[in-house]
Amino acid sequence: MAMINYSYTILIPLIPLVIFVFTGLLGMKWKPLVSGIIGTVGVGISFFLSLFTAYEYFFATATGSAYHTIIPVNMLWLSFTHTLQIHMGVLLDPISVMMIVVVTTISFMAHLYSIGYMKGERGFQRYYSFLSLFTFSMLGVVLATNIFQIYIFWELVGASSFLLIGFYYDKPSAVAAAKKAFIVTRFADLGFLIGILILSYYTGTFDFSKLLQPGTHLFAGLAGVSFLGLSGITWAMALIFMGAAGKSAMFPLHIWLPDAMEGPTPVSALIHAATMVVAGVFLVARLFPIYHFQAPDVLIFIGYVGGFTSLIAAIIAMTQFDIKRVLAYSTLSQIGYMMVALGVSGYGGEAGLGYMASMFHLFTHAMFKALLFLGAGSIIHTIHSNFMKDMGGLRKYMPITHFTFLAACLAISGIPPFAGFFSKDEILAAAFESNKLLFYVEYITAGLTSFYIFRLYFNIFWGKDPEYKHKPHEAPLNMTIPLIFLGLGSTFGGFVPFHKLVTSDMKPFTTVTHWGIMLPSVGIGLLGLAVAWVLYKKENDLPDKISKKLGILYTSTYHKFYIDEIYLFVTKKIIFNYIARPIAWFDHNIVDGFMIGVGTVTVKISYKIKKFQSGELQQYAFVFVAGVIMLALFILYSLGYH
Amino acid sequence: MIQGISIYHFLIVSTLMFFIGIAGFIIRQNLITILLSVELILNSVVINFLVFNRYLYPDQLQGHFFALFIIGVAAAEASVAIALIINIYRRIHNIESDNVNEMKY
Amino acid sequence: MTMNVFMFYLLSFIILTFSVLTITSRKMLRATIYLLFVLVATSGLYFLLNYQFLAAVQLTLYAGGIVVLIIFSILLTSHISQRFKKPEPWKLWMGIIAFIVGSVLVSWTLLSHNFIKNPGMKSTPVDMHLIGNQLLGLGKNGYVLSFEVISILLLAAMITAIVIAKKEKNQKSDTL
Repeated sequence: MAMINYSYTILIPLIPLVIFVFTGLLGMKWKPLVSGIIGTVGVGISFFLSLFTAYEYFFATATGSAYHTIIPVNMLWLSFTHTLQIHMGVLLDPISVMMIVVVTTISFMAHLYSIGYMKGERGFQRYYSFLSLFTFSMLGVVLATNIFQIYIFWELVGASSFLLIGFYYDKPSAVAAAKKAFIVTRFADLGFLIGILILSYYTGTFDFSKLLQPGTHLFAGLAGVSFLGLSGITWAMALIFMGAAGKSAMFPLHIWLPDAMEGPTPVSALIHAATMVVAGVFLVARLFPIYHFQAPDVLIFIGYVGGFTSLIAAIIAMTQFDIKRVLAYSTLSQIGYMMVALGVSGYGGEAGLGYMASMFHLFTHAMFKALLFLGAGSIIHTIHSNFMKDMGGLRKYMPITHFTFLAACLAISGIPPFAGFFSKDEILAAAFESNKLLFYVEYITAGLTSFYIFRLYFNIFWGKDPEYKHKPHEAPLNMTIPLIFLGLGSTFGGFVPFHKLVTSDMKPFTTVTHWGIMLPSVGIGLLGLAVAWVLYKKENDLPDKISKKLGILYTSTYHKFYIDEIYLFVTKKIIFNYIARPIAWFDHNIVDGFMIGVGTVTVKISYKIKKFQSGELQQYAFVFVAGVIMLALFILYSLGYH
Repeated sequence: MIQGISIYHFLIVSTLMFFIGIAGFIIRQNLITILLSVELILNSVVINFLVFNRYLYPDQLQGHFFALFIIGVAAAEASVAIALIINIYRRIHNIESDNVNEMKY
Repeated sequence: MTMNVFMFYLLSFIILTFSVLTITSRKMLRATIYLLFVLVATSGLYFLLNYQFLAAVQLTLYAGGIVVLIIFSILLTSHISQRFKKPEPWKLWMGIIAFIVGSVLVSWTLLSHNFIKNPGMKSTPVDMHLIGNQLLGLGKNGYVLSFEVISILLLAAMITAIVIAKKEKNQKSDTL
């Protein structure tokens, strides 16, 4: 096998970093458009480099048997002791190569799109520097060679997400959303960090190349450790999953994602739909051998969390009226799918179908969800509203947006031959084989998905025109090009032979077609479509009637099952009152009190003694002479020099 | 070495002169008289150096040179002190040490 | 009583008397003149000790230089006829206490110490060549480093004096 020098891959994350630094420092001196173009071109170069890497990795050296993990760059970054050393580098294996393609593609599209979407906004340069920072951090996560590097970039991703959600920092709701996202994910990352520490304490390494060997003896040290009835490795992996769940917005840490839609729409497409939120899925996939061999209980737990999240998010999505919120809940639901797929997966060959399906769905989902968001973005750009009631009949005005949006809707509903059909079908097949309960949950969710997405579609593009203040118009060219590109991706992305490329043990396997699953899943997708058609294609009062009939069920769904309120109750009423307040009291009165007491006493004493400082030269001289005489006496008579 | 005069005689004279200088430093208000007191103190020290040199180590010259350097330092000190006094006088039209207490606390 | 002993007592008397007068006189110019007497008498003591060079330096530098400088500054800053106000009693007492305690302590310590005497050595004048050679000597008894340090100190003092005493640009001309 010919060795290919992959060291150029270090440029893929470095280019956005350099652009971030320059745009961040000098951007204000440039014309806004210049920073946009520089950012776009830079990410474009990263994008082509990633494609080239993928080509070389997957096809140029295709041996037909297996792919190898390649670490072209790995440098010592921090060296605490000779056992505790942290490296930074680039690790190439099928999932990381797949992820850099996804990240740079979506990022490139978002950059290009934003030139039109953000035109004339205040802080255009700031926006682009943050986008570059985000791209850099996300690439750092996926290319990490060790778990500590992942953690560092993980936090950077969180920070850049915070900055971008709060981009409109003069809008209180955006600020609140940014804080919420940051605090929730940060809280989850606490678990991640503890998990890393437990794991590395017992295994003595951060490196994936050692941790991910199947059948390694590194975990022997953890076997004897148990806490609260669960083994050490279970705790470690569950805590790491907590971090993953925070970033991927799994129940019950999902509350930040819908609010994160306060950010600019391309940001929602890039970060909160296609890349950052799947970082959790990526993390679980990255550590999959450990989960599978060392902590299978946690893996099953992950599957159930994913299933529950996908169901509940799909139900909430059916009742929302803000189009970005619908898409946000849809994202939650789809990420739930990926988690389910990982949860039910085995290792190696046909058993690893779930793993492959999860990565496949990640790939296709990135395409169609980014497309949905960018499409929604061009609609919002024209209408200046997020709400369905302000839309209708837009197919006449925005044909390109309409068709690309339709392709994405078909893809997410799993209608063949669009991309989502293949990946979702494989997830369902994997679930069917190992866990019937999860299969049924996901099966129902597929129907709900189809329903809510076409409810959205019909409400936006069909139905009666509301009174538009301005006539809606199609978006400019630099916004439609990404739409078309992603539309093609959503349509044909399903034909990528993932089972040959990205598998749990890096060996290709052949899939069989599961007719028994495929047909019903297409059926339920079409059913959802049909219901939406009946209810929303033409203006009628049926939806209102149904929602009235459902009564409390509908209102509680509309209020997202009051989960936010429960959080508020728990934090404000319980944690604040019974934990934070006593601690604050202790801090105020005991800790501060002591310090203030020291200060007050000092001040009082100084007031008393400052009269000595009279400024009288002669007094000083006298005191000085007296002191010298006393010292002389002391030396003469006490120290015995006399 | 003077026949009939011991080292103690000289030392007592210089000691008295030294403490007269210190008393003057404490008693007088005027900055220039304080400067005069300082000159007295320096002179008594010079006497001490010379006396020790002459009576205890007459074959060497350390005390002599120290006396020389002290006189040099005294000249420098006097010039800077007088410059300061003139500057103070310009500011407050007065050179009483009681009035120069702005720097207290 | 030889002449030397007589001269010593005379000079000591002059020194102590005029020292006291220097610090007690309530006219500033007079105080300065008293100081001049003290300095001249001190140089007499140096002659007695056979340090002629130093005595000459004392006369020219102290009596001729510093005292004249002080007199100039007095003329710049005060009226000649101005009498000081009497010192405050507490200052007076502080000064007297410092004087008594200090001189008694030091004198008693000195008198109770037994200095090693070198009676064999003759008291001869110091050779001027020796002074010059040692002052600029680099060898064992050389003082060239101290000499250079003093010269730099004097330069610095001169510059400082000029900088401090010169008028500031924005100062009004009527202040002096």
